[in-house]
Amino acid sequence: MGATVITVTSGKGGVGKTTTTANISVALARTGKRVVMIDADIGLRNLDVVMGLENRIVYDVVDVVEGRCNLRQAMIKHKQFPSLYLIPAAQTRDKTALSPADMIDIVNKLRPEHDYILIDSPAGIERGFRNAIGPADEVLIVTNPEVSAVRDADRIIGLLEAENKKPAKLILNRLKPEMVKKGEMLSADDVTDILALEIIGIVPEDENVIPASNSGIPVTLNPNSQAGIAFQMIARRLMGESVPLQEPETQSGFFRRLARWIGGRS
Amino acid sequence: MSNTMENVAIKGNREGLLISLSPTEEWLLITQELAARLDEQSGFFNGARVTVDVGQRPVPKYELSSLKALLERRGLLLSGIKSESATTLASAAALDLRAIDQRQVVVEDGTQPSRSVITVNETSIDPEVEGTPGVLVKRTLRSGRTVHSRGHVIIYGDVNPGAKIIATGDIYVWGKLRGTVHAGAEGDTSAIVCALDMRPNQLRIAGLIVTSPREKTGPTVPEIAFVRDEQIIVEGWS
Repeated sequence: MGATVITVTSGKGGVGKTTTTANISVALARTGKRVVMIDADIGLRNLDVVMGLENRIVYDVVDVVEGRCNLRQAMIKHKQFPSLYLIPAAQTRDKTALSPADMIDIVNKLRPEHDYILIDSPAGIERGFRNAIGPADEVLIVTNPEVSAVRDADRIIGLLEAENKKPAKLILNRLKPEMVKKGEMLSADDVTDILALEIIGIVPEDENVIPASNSGIPVTLNPNSQAGIAFQMIARRLMGESVPLQEPETQSGFFRRLARWIGGRS
Repeated sequence: MSNTMENVAIKGNREGLLISLSPTEEWLLITQELAARLDEQSGFFNGARVTVDVGQRPVPKYELSSLKALLERRGLLLSGIKSESATTLASAAALDLRAIDQRQVVVEDGTQPSRSVITVNETSIDPEVEGTPGVLVKRTLRSGRTVHSRGHVIIYGDVNPGAKIIATGDIYVWGKLRGTVHAGAEGDTSAIVCALDMRPNQLRIAGLIVTSPREKTGPTVPEIAFVRDEQIIVEGWS
């Protein structure tokens, strides 16, 4: 039994791929799973910053592929979770420094000794994306509840179908319940209506996320963060637990729930 | 130099070399034979750009990448793959090779530059007896997909925003139509478009274009679009 390889991708940039990769990885590692994160965004690396590991980088994934170091040397161990590693992207090169075959090769070497390998894909549908999905067993598509992000997600899903990958799962990130309620933002149902894929997590918009990324301590370690909790739920679902999916509710959610409960139906 | 009886045929063409590989013979044998043939001619082909035709054989990515490496070791640059297999074409695209689609009906994924319209054969025919040519696509067309057909197109599934259908005949969508469709693409104003839920981004029949009203009210009913008096009319389909 080797590791499960999970690629996090989106098509559109800025929807939260790196944040998602970091948080799910931490949430998995927290339960004792052996996790490796690979940053496939060569030239625009970020995952190390979000993880607070930037100052520890000596070698990167391109160094491994080009034989300047061995795989072990490029793996940065996390300060707090010893079962969590990061393989950073190179900053001075571009996507063509890697090929899908290189990624498959690296991942196959990592599989025996780990439980999960998460690959943070760059935005776009070109080489970087191909590199990231080459070795994937599972693909998580991050999207925001807005039309342009959903459109790009749809494109990605089509490309994955052409690769004969098994159906991807969706993460709906940065949902604002009060806007959905007013009809100003797509709801989870609107998104599944277009994409026809299973949603594995809905992450509410949360002001804690950006400070957490800036400080290098992923938000899932903050017990008061709604987004952090949502990422934990996603990690548990990935581990095969059945955790019911709840659409985040507005402040009055409790009362609405109560009303629904009393009234029998919403 | 080429010999159709062989498993490996090497021809020169305008762009470089065209290597045709037998679609049925064992892959390993073929690649060995290819290597041997190239080695015989050592250096002769050096620096050439190569297109490989694998016919209908589905070639997985790793096999294609080893073929690429085999050629590179001999100083040849693999630039394109000709195939009728979707798997092979996907493999080629994944390796950033030019995937040259030899299939009869083209379903593009849009990452490659648009190719010419290839299509269902239209010889004969008395439509009453033979039917008219068409293509059935049994899946949802997602953003970026294009279907071209010389004839009619039937989609069993949805047509998402960003997907496109171009047909010289009619277009029937057995699902939600949200993308762009062009019926009667060569000027046939008798062409029609039907959908169970008609809300295309853009609908064209022959030379006419309409877009959907921004907000559509009322229940969803199947609708049909056709041309009358130089205008596209959309009405209930019954």
